[in-house]
Amino acid sequence: MAHKEIQFAGFGGQGIVLAGYITGKAVSLYDGKSASMTQSYGPEARGGACSSGVVVSDDASKPVDYPKVREPDILVVMSQEAYHKYIDHLKPGGILIYDADLVTPEPARSDIQAYAIPATRIAEEKIGKRIVANVVMLGALVGLTGVVSEESMRKAIQTSVKKDYVELNDQAYTLGLEAAKQVEVSSHAEN
Amino acid sequence: MKRPAVLTGEYFILGDYACAEGALAAGCRFFAGYPITPATEIAERMSYRMPEVGGIYIQMEDELASMAAIIGASCGGVKAMTATSGPGFSLMLENIGLAVMMEVPCVVVNVQRGAPSTGLPTLVGQGDVMQARWGSHGDYEIVAYAPSSVQEMFDLTVKAFNTAERYRIPVILLADEAVGHLTEKLVIPPEEELTIINRMPPQDPPGEYLPYRADDSLVPPMANAGEGYFVHMTGLTHDERGYPIITGEAHEKLIRRLIQKIRSHADEIIEYEEVELDDADIVVIAYGITARAALRAVRDARAQGIKAGLLRLITVWPFPEKKIQDLAQRVDTFVVAEINQGQIRREVERFVDRPDRVIGVNKLGGDLITPNEILEVLCQPSPK
Repeated sequence: MAHKEIQFAGFGGQGIVLAGYITGKAVSLYDGKSASMTQSYGPEARGGACSSGVVVSDDASKPVDYPKVREPDILVVMSQEAYHKYIDHLKPGGILIYDADLVTPEPARSDIQAYAIPATRIAEEKIGKRIVANVVMLGALVGLTGVVSEESMRKAIQTSVKKDYVELNDQAYTLGLEAAKQVEVSSHAEN
Repeated sequence: MKRPAVLTGEYFILGDYACAEGALAAGCRFFAGYPITPATEIAERMSYRMPEVGGIYIQMEDELASMAAIIGASCGGVKAMTATSGPGFSLMLENIGLAVMMEVPCVVVNVQRGAPSTGLPTLVGQGDVMQARWGSHGDYEIVAYAPSSVQEMFDLTVKAFNTAERYRIPVILLADEAVGHLTEKLVIPPEEELTIINRMPPQDPPGEYLPYRADDSLVPPMANAGEGYFVHMTGLTHDERGYPIITGEAHEKLIRRLIQKIRSHADEIIEYEEVELDDADIVVIAYGITARAALRAVRDARAQGIKAGLLRLITVWPFPEKKIQDLAQRVDTFVVAEINQGQIRREVERFVDRPDRVIGVNKLGGDLITPNEILEVLCQPSPK
């Protein structure tokens, strides 16, 4: 039975929890699998450390056994602090996706695949709203890992944001998918 | 937008929200509470859902008043609930005893966090198990359910209302922060597929009806305020009319019945889930979120050839003592995993001949017990 763990981390206000929620929803309601989403954040409204985890299992007949991320297969980070906090937890052979402008992946790990996605820059320059950077990241996540199907994720995004913002987020998602096609894997051993 | 009370469909939803939806589906139309982490989302959901279904939401001045308000609402014939966490639960205990004594159906949700005192507001704990059992003064029986998934936050809230109505008792949903703040799939069935139990109405006309006269079920039919019946309710020891009678004889009769109405139905009330118990040498006992770690540990242990099983408590109270005694005949070792210092472990020890056959995996709160922490114990040689 396939089992995958995804960790999202950054700071409060980046939509880290929403990214986890949308991913879990896509998996459990539209991909016909099971997902549990947990979250962790401080008392601050914005700026504090923030994370969310999604555990995915192929067996849709029951909840995943243990709902917390233990050793992520996929790590998505949007702050330097989050990188330092979670990079050692990433499974050997795992996939790291990081915001190219907010994170310098050092100290590097040579046993993982790392992808730099300028999600915040794309959101700012191409859409004019940096708040959709998390959804750009969801596009990159789907494009780079296939952990969720492209259509399920799109549907989960459309049904999770306010009506007035559906188009904006849809566009952000598409840009993320495109960014995933253009990015090259950097094996940290080369650095 | 007005939505129906039973939101039939599939959702990816927070455990606390699932609890609120379970209450509404069960027919709850009155919520009084004082928001507290990690139960706030239940109050939040109720605050906008109650007006949608024609119910009442009141944010009270504190938890003493919240508990009093739901007792009053229930006496008026409306299914009622409150939700809190440890500090608020402490304040509700006196009036939980009042609900026991006056036999008023209601549901009290305690989403446990790290304690004592204000402790760890945002972090998990399972330390209120004994408080739920014995927190109010005096001898009484209590029913407490421990949900371990988002689906169970819904299902067991419905069940808590059914049990409360059927036996005229306060029922506790003993959740924990991790389940309350977990987001998972919830399936809400069509309304006609839900089992809903309502309190038995008076079988006698006004004038003949005695509010505390019970048949063999030991549960008296309940007249709601405003239905034309004269009803007197008091926390004092009372007779079948509900009038105070301060004698040992009346006390013996009343309290014996209140205790027996639960004990004599314990087999119907008690629920647990058995996983891989048939040939198990070592059995993990767990409830709430910890049962999820235990399930993973049992599967990992089986993969290593260890004959491990899981007894997941769905009701923590009444305690499934017969099941423990039965298992103790054929199992070598029990491992009780809980985020407290051994509250259910001690209960298990009471029904196993040698306490060294019972091992605890314990934390103080703040963090979940992980599957590996349980697995390590399962891999140790048996004390036999």
